[in-house]
Amino acid sequence: MKKIFLILSVVAFLISGCAKKLDINPLQNVDETLVFTSDANIKAALNGAYDGASAGALLGGGFQNFSELLGADGEITWVGTFNQPDEVFRKQILTNNSFVLSTYLQGYDVINICNNIIASINIVNQDDRDAVKGQALFLRALMYFELVKLYAKPYSAGNVTTNLGLQLITNPTKNGVTSNNNVPRSTVKQTYDQIITDLTAAKSIIGGETGVYASEAAVSAVLSRVYLQTADYAKARDEANNVINNSGNNLESDYAFAFNNSFPSTEDLYVLPVTSQDGVNDLHTYWSILQYGARDGDIEINAEHLNLYEDNDARLAFFYTDGNAIDRSGKWRLQYKFLPVIRLAEMYLTRAECNARLSTSVGATPAEDLDVIRTRAGLGSTDATVDNIVYERRLELAHEGQRIHDIKRLKGSSDGFDYDANELVLPIPLREVNASAGVLKQNPGYE
Amino acid sequence: MVNQNINMRKLLLSIVVSLFLAQFSNAQTLVGKVTDAASQPIPNVSVVVKGTKIGTATAADGTYKIEAGQGKTLVFSSLGYGTKEVAVKGTTLDIALNKSDTKNLDEVVVVGYGTKIKKDLTGNIAKVKGSDVQGMPVTNLNQALQGRAAGVFVETNNGKLGEGVKVRIRGAGSLSASNDPLYVVDGIPISTDANSGNPIADINFNDVESFDILKDASAAAIYGSRAANGVVLITTKKGKAGKTSFQVNTQFGLNSPTNYRGFLDAKEYVGLLREAAVNSDKLEGVDPADPAQYPGSWLQFAERRLTRYSGWSDWKKLETNTNWEKLAFNDRAATSALDVSASGGTDKTKFYISLSNINQTGILIGNSLKRTSARINLEQSVSEKFKIGFNLSLTQTKTGRVPEDNEFSTPMQIVALSPVTPFKDLKGNVYNSPTTTYTNPYIDYSEGRYNSTSYRNIGNIFGQYNFNSSLFFRSELGIDLQNQNDDQFYGPNTTFGNGTNGYGSSGWFRGLTYNTNNYFSFKKKLNNVHDLDAVLGMSFQDYNISFANVFGEQFPTQQLQKLASSGLIKGGSSSESASTFLSYFSRVNYKFDNKYLLSLSGRIDGSSVFGNDKRYGFFPSVSAGWILSEESFLRNSNTLSFLKLRGSWGLTGNADGFGNFASRGLWGGTAYNGTGGLGSSQLANPDLRWEKSNQVDIGLDFGFLQNRISGEIDYYVRKTNDLIYNVPVPGNTGFSSKTVNVGSMENKGFEFVLNTDNIIQKDFKWSTSLNLATNQNRITKLDGEQKLLPGNDGRYMNSLIVGEAIGVFYGPKFAGADPANGDALYYKQDGSTTNDYNEAGNFIVGNPNPKYIGGITNTFTYKGIELSFLFQGVFGNQIMNGAGGFMSASFDWFDNQTRDQLNRWQKPGDITNVPQLRLGYGNGISASSRYIENGDYVRLKNLTVAYNFKSDVLKRLKLNSAKVYLTGVNLLTFTKYSGWDPEVNTDYRASNRNQGGDFYAAPQVKNISVGLNVGF
Repeated sequence: MKKIFLILSVVAFLISGCAKKLDINPLQNVDETLVFTSDANIKAALNGAYDGASAGALLGGGFQNFSELLGADGEITWVGTFNQPDEVFRKQILTNNSFVLSTYLQGYDVINICNNIIASINIVNQDDRDAVKGQALFLRALMYFELVKLYAKPYSAGNVTTNLGLQLITNPTKNGVTSNNNVPRSTVKQTYDQIITDLTAAKSIIGGETGVYASEAAVSAVLSRVYLQTADYAKARDEANNVINNSGNNLESDYAFAFNNSFPSTEDLYVLPVTSQDGVNDLHTYWSILQYGARDGDIEINAEHLNLYEDNDARLAFFYTDGNAIDRSGKWRLQYKFLPVIRLAEMYLTRAECNARLSTSVGATPAEDLDVIRTRAGLGSTDATVDNIVYERRLELAHEGQRIHDIKRLKGSSDGFDYDANELVLPIPLREVNASAGVLKQNPGYE
Repeated sequence: MVNQNINMRKLLLSIVVSLFLAQFSNAQTLVGKVTDAASQPIPNVSVVVKGTKIGTATAADGTYKIEAGQGKTLVFSSLGYGTKEVAVKGTTLDIALNKSDTKNLDEVVVVGYGTKIKKDLTGNIAKVKGSDVQGMPVTNLNQALQGRAAGVFVETNNGKLGEGVKVRIRGAGSLSASNDPLYVVDGIPISTDANSGNPIADINFNDVESFDILKDASAAAIYGSRAANGVVLITTKKGKAGKTSFQVNTQFGLNSPTNYRGFLDAKEYVGLLREAAVNSDKLEGVDPADPAQYPGSWLQFAERRLTRYSGWSDWKKLETNTNWEKLAFNDRAATSALDVSASGGTDKTKFYISLSNINQTGILIGNSLKRTSARINLEQSVSEKFKIGFNLSLTQTKTGRVPEDNEFSTPMQIVALSPVTPFKDLKGNVYNSPTTTYTNPYIDYSEGRYNSTSYRNIGNIFGQYNFNSSLFFRSELGIDLQNQNDDQFYGPNTTFGNGTNGYGSSGWFRGLTYNTNNYFSFKKKLNNVHDLDAVLGMSFQDYNISFANVFGEQFPTQQLQKLASSGLIKGGSSSESASTFLSYFSRVNYKFDNKYLLSLSGRIDGSSVFGNDKRYGFFPSVSAGWILSEESFLRNSNTLSFLKLRGSWGLTGNADGFGNFASRGLWGGTAYNGTGGLGSSQLANPDLRWEKSNQVDIGLDFGFLQNRISGEIDYYVRKTNDLIYNVPVPGNTGFSSKTVNVGSMENKGFEFVLNTDNIIQKDFKWSTSLNLATNQNRITKLDGEQKLLPGNDGRYMNSLIVGEAIGVFYGPKFAGADPANGDALYYKQDGSTTNDYNEAGNFIVGNPNPKYIGGITNTFTYKGIELSFLFQGVFGNQIMNGAGGFMSASFDWFDNQTRDQLNRWQKPGDITNVPQLRLGYGNGISASSRYIENGDYVRLKNLTVAYNFKSDVLKRLKLNSAKVYLTGVNLLTFTKYSGWDPEVNTDYRASNRNQGGDFYAAPQVKNISVGLNVGF
């Protein structure tokens, strides 16, 4: 019997000692209840929002590639094996396109991080609160802006108070899915209003210097893009003017110096850090070639594009030819190089175009601004007409993700589709329509 | 003469002594020999004087010696043979034991925390003996079990060695949690996680005495939370008292693919590609035959590509015709194996030790597996009441891996390359991109390597204290220690190493599972009619895994492949995760009058993976049996020898496979600009709880004509509730899904086992063992709101639909080529057709889950010759070729095409399923029923012909046994599937839902081996 007691007591010991062993905490993650509790954590979350925004599906190349493939117009050809970009290139996009889905989901992921930061902003140290809030507002607005340009009819298509924009979510996701998440899409106008509200609020509080984090200059620059889309030329001009005068940035002496850098160039207003350790440059991935560590040269530059340049244009010389006599963009040639999101050169072109349209000379005359750009490209002066400025813009910003948005606002066409065609708008991902309990309306042409 | 004299004297002496002793004790020394039906000696047969503790075991030559008086009864038994009771008459007793195929009702079956006689089972347990699969030239024990147990579906993902094998016992029960059974080796649950590959391949199944597969809930419920998908109990060989016997087995064989698919040759490739380009031109109103229109035409584009692909040769003259498919395969693939074991012991100490080596080169270039394992099983009686022991194995598995099926660098993707491309340039270097259409996987093979080495130590120590003959306490402490290193290097010319002067990585994985079982076992017979046995105990399991990896680029030369030589360390990471289980269990079995059986079991399980309030689950079961053949009205039947009706109900749980922290809302580390950040990673669900599986089983066991015909029939219904699933949530939350208990699923089916001894003659025997199973899987609830989670991702269409089986193919139905213009047509929802894929309706166009599975083994013995073959079949499932949009794509791009594309639409009026060839136009390449085919097959899974040397030869050679044999696996396959092999589930996406997909998946391995097995 002694032995039985001994064994029973050993068993009892095992039982009592084990129950606590069911409490195990993750080592790679932290519980959500612990995240927004300190200044340091919220700042880390802000860094996380920047990281999210720089993902390959977003500013790391996704937004830009959609724009360029939609705006290809015979100037570039998608030759890669991936169906998803090919569908975008062919303007026959399936609603289950996984690239279209990733961009949408990851965009809202960044928005949710920003919403969390903004909701907990009072926990941030007083001294830094404005700067943190300004950056969160900026990133949220930038995501909404990039998404609305791709997933909704352009502002230039009119009917902005009836055409559908995005579902606007400005509260953090807590306690799972709430009715906030099952709201109908706002109109294009409401979406732009939200973007402008956020950016305007951010501009006055953000401070900071240009580079890999947002600053007043970056906010102004994005605002000028927003106003340009809404054809509010005066405001677009003033924001551009603000950047040129106050950012402290300068154009690089040589066009080529603006790309393939391992640090922010002097004309980067907002640039994504890409190193061998971190960051993605999916423009490099798809536009460059195996020899430079990219995929197999999925996007080729056609003669139709190269013929647009004057012979002695430095920007033409910047293209290179691969081993198969196929032309490639020099901007995205090398691996692990910083990815400019918005450059100062664009501000000169925006100010020039708006001044020309409004017959004003805020900051400088259109001709002066146009010359700044052309001189650096090794070209002489030309008439500063709106058409010439817009043409210059097309060359200067080629393959940087602005093409379809310029086509749309200028009411042009791409590959036979008018600027406001259904085919030039991405579908709302099928998964989202299915998960929305019937609230989320599909874009026209994809129902 | 001298020896004989001595023997005579010994005999005389022993007779005298025995007679003398018999006067007092009625005991005498009895000698004898135990042989099998083929007159081969059987070692290690237990010989016990009935009703006493006197016992011994036969020596290696089958002989035994025991003290047993006249009139006593000896009980002979050995695992794998029937039990025989013989009354003692005289002083020598030679007996022959019959091999008990699965039909033997006295067979001992291993159950959770104990054993049971098959006759007394009330649950459903399928037993496969280790000897049945001994020496099968496969790497994973599940592959050896394939086709041998009713209702156990085994499917190897592809023909790569040491990789994924899907095992489903009575269908799939879960959407997101694991559908794999729990594997228990000598009482200790083992890990099925690894850094790469399938860790079940670490187990040397030649050490296995038996596999006992617990299928119904009453059998499995004692494993409670882990048992919803069935349990595979693996019992390793143990020593027996007696002379030490040695077994040596050696074999060698050749491996080859079961099938080649076949692609266009150079002439066909050039012809069809140009046709496709011209068709695309014509659609755009361009006539490429007109020299003025040729520049910029598709034809010019295609012909430039042909020139590029042709390298040094001229495609116009068809100077090259490369069969790339052949180059994916290793034409000298072989398997060799050597196993040595020894077992024996004394009354107090028993041991089994083994050393085993298998060395396999795969059919794919770069794929190999080499496993060396050693085992010691030792048991020591400290006193009459107390015994201790340990079972310990150490395995090294070295695998040469190839990339997953969706990688450009995987060998099978070589088939996409153009037949006009020469294998090598004029300098003898293998061509690579841009001459090849894509990067050439051959270069990844010849200039890269991916070596995975794992060390695995599965073992346990135990102590058992017998209080008396009816009660014991047993304590077991087991570990499963895994240590794996994945070492990769890809040179500067390879897909991974291109542009970065090489790529190298080193990944380390450590898994440590420890488990303790502590239980009392009670067994008693009361008044000769009440048999009672009971188990009560607890177990605790702690499971911890950790990973570390580092990777780098910029290697100075091809020769320096370790990261020490990397010029740029790109990154590294380490992580760790853990889970624990705490369980209390009990079982009571009661038998009345050898006729009525009742079994109750219950287990309380706590798991760390659930939220605080939902951690514990209770898993009960009840089962009953009635042995009708023991009733007086049947007992004397001449035809019916055994009949038992049994029924069971039980509840089991599932807590594996969806992550250790799925109930938490989590944020994780990210990085931006070289500084750390926090990003959201998971939505919280504090209500996350156990998946619960309810199973009812009704079965009938029968035997006729002295059990020459025997079998089992079972019907089961298994309903799983509270299925865990990542339900899509609106993306505007910042998340895509949430892990919730949401659905229900049902599996039901019949199982049928029939074993027959067709011919039993002295020299010739023929027996057959057949198993058949049906399973109907049906999702009965998703989340109450959504009835349909479509899965059309452009390549596959595995969907979740209420009322349908898990992962059915749901999407556009292909209507062939439009006879008028060659457009790919799809059915709209209303039944009319359209050429616009976005307008196509969605239909259920296939089901990857088989309706029937089965296996039939026939064994013939004629004197010393044995012939055994196993046919195994799978019926009623469909396969979707996710690579159809590349390889059977009406020449949408430059990938070489399957031969069926020759039947393309060419002119109005053509009726065909291959739309007009159009370069760059994607004519019909999106996921649809176009790429779905029936996956039924019947396969000669295993064939063995063996010759056992006669005993006189053995005597001369001083051997106990010797056997030469020829064996093979996957020798013949009968199927209408046009792909490589119908046993397929492409590895890169294989999951509960994603089944039946083919994507450049390697065909299965066909092997023919010869071997020699010697015992001494």
